[in-house]
Amino acid sequence: MTDLRADSLPPQGAPVRLWGRALRSRNLVVGALLTLVFVLAAVLSFLWTPYEVTGLDIANKIKPPSWRNPLGTDHFGRDILSMIMVGARVSIAVAVVAVGIGMIFGVPLGLLAAARKGSLLDEVIMRANDLVFAFPSLVIAILITATFGPSAVNAIIAIGIFNIPVFARLTRSGALTLWQRDYILAARVAGKGAARISVEHILPNVTNLLIVQGTIQFSLGILAEAGLSYVGLGAQPPTPSWGRMLAESQTMISFAPHMALFPGLAILLTVLGLNLMGDGLRDLFDPKLRGRT
Amino acid sequence: MLRYTLTRLLSLAISLAVASVVIFLAIEILPGDPAAFMLGVNAQEDTLAALRDQLGLNGTLWERYVSWVGGMLTGDFGTSYTYRTPVAGMIADRLWISLPLAIYALLLSTLIAFPAGIWAASRRGSAADVGVMGTTQLGVAIPNFWFAMLLVVVFAINLQWFSAGGFPGWDEGFWLSIKSLTLPAIALALPQASILARVMRSALLDTLSEDFVRTARAKGLSRRQALWRHALRNALIPVLTIIGLQFSFLLAGGIIIENVFYLPGLGRLIFQAISARDMIVVESVVMLLVFAVILVNFLVEIAYALVDPRLRHRA
Repeated sequence: MTDLRADSLPPQGAPVRLWGRALRSRNLVVGALLTLVFVLAAVLSFLWTPYEVTGLDIANKIKPPSWRNPLGTDHFGRDILSMIMVGARVSIAVAVVAVGIGMIFGVPLGLLAAARKGSLLDEVIMRANDLVFAFPSLVIAILITATFGPSAVNAIIAIGIFNIPVFARLTRSGALTLWQRDYILAARVAGKGAARISVEHILPNVTNLLIVQGTIQFSLGILAEAGLSYVGLGAQPPTPSWGRMLAESQTMISFAPHMALFPGLAILLTVLGLNLMGDGLRDLFDPKLRGRT
Repeated sequence: MLRYTLTRLLSLAISLAVASVVIFLAIEILPGDPAAFMLGVNAQEDTLAALRDQLGLNGTLWERYVSWVGGMLTGDFGTSYTYRTPVAGMIADRLWISLPLAIYALLLSTLIAFPAGIWAASRRGSAADVGVMGTTQLGVAIPNFWFAMLLVVVFAINLQWFSAGGFPGWDEGFWLSIKSLTLPAIALALPQASILARVMRSALLDTLSEDFVRTARAKGLSRRQALWRHALRNALIPVLTIIGLQFSFLLAGGIIIENVFYLPGLGRLIFQAISARDMIVVESVVMLLVFAVILVNFLVEIAYALVDPRLRHRA
């Protein structure tokens, strides 16, 4: 699913044509719209939510959806729509920063390993990546939480660490095929050093790969954050988070299924949107792969 | 092959050694003293010292590391701070739930993914293909613990076919235990089955466009015969790799699903241990999970080399 063909890096198309094709890709348009809805909801929640998410209204607890509360209320009488809007902030922030951590550390490591292919440095970087890969993000989160206590920041670190080898491997394999191209040889003949070639010629040409993988890791980050806060290792009360809303709804699921339904749908639709967007972007950047994965 | 296996074994040993150091240090930089935590603030200094000694908390960092690793190698995982029972026994008990759950989920995932992937690939572009791909798109996006909760609502609360949680114990009968693991296994299997079906489909599509399949068609085999006799076997290599990797994900992923169904497996154990600051248990369970992942990766690499001789010479 996350496998990208590094050996088929396309030339950069004319930007106008790319936009035209983007708008005709159903996956990309639907995915981008779904993602946009949740990003806008998160942004809007800073300015306005239908109700205060910290305001308890016990008289109105566990109400099914109505005109007053479109998605119903929870066991403290809080408006579920408002909580989902605020919860989107945490989910998106955790996933975005975790992707950022993965890229900031992973991409330079991958470039370095590719530039020094076959050296001891390359071997050390790749073995270290394998080792980090052996720690599922949940296990990293458990280790960090056991040491520093649960928080959204620790969830970010756990998911971010897991992302580093993903980007390092992808960058390395993408860069390795580029190093064999003629224009890189020309740059070397012109006297450019490995570091300069990596930054000036290799990095711009693996950007497409990084954007597609970034979208996929973004969606995996949303899922991982939801899982962590479900088991109490993510954002702590009173900050609303989708995963914890689900955990709290669990004991009431037999008589208040709406409490479990909507936060779960929010996660599902966000992740679905990001995945569709990732697929659409991959087709856009590399039409040869369309319909294959 | 022997040389390749030995190199991989050495790499396995190094990975395990480094992983154990990382886990040990992560837990050891923990502020706070388990002995003080257990005895409370009013404990006498000599009682604290005695308990620390009993728990093996004295000595330098290096001595404690060596005794922890040495203990694990001989099957002695130490004594739980809170339960006062050997950690090895506690883990073994819990493993009897977590391991069957992971195997059950892997079986389900394979049983769903193979037919779905083959069906979609053999009818590429048809309604069946679009349907399978759409379903797997949903399956990948659904959080498995939420799917688990939906299964509880439908099959435990409304239809009452299964219980909503808990585990009777293997002594109470094999089928009863399997039944209580069924909903958790389905919840765990769905996202993995979706990924696997997609891998199966794209691997088959790749091999279907290879020359040897065209040759098979040219000698008169139908598309279906070519798929079953020639393409499928070659497409299995990437699929088997993914199955191997999924097993370790299923074992770790079970930690969350066990919480949904109140199953007393490794997941419940580790969360109880974290809240009770029972670090020796946390250390050992994490090490066990990481060991499982590294071991499975090793086995996959060996199996891969057995199937594809070219890989043996790369190491």
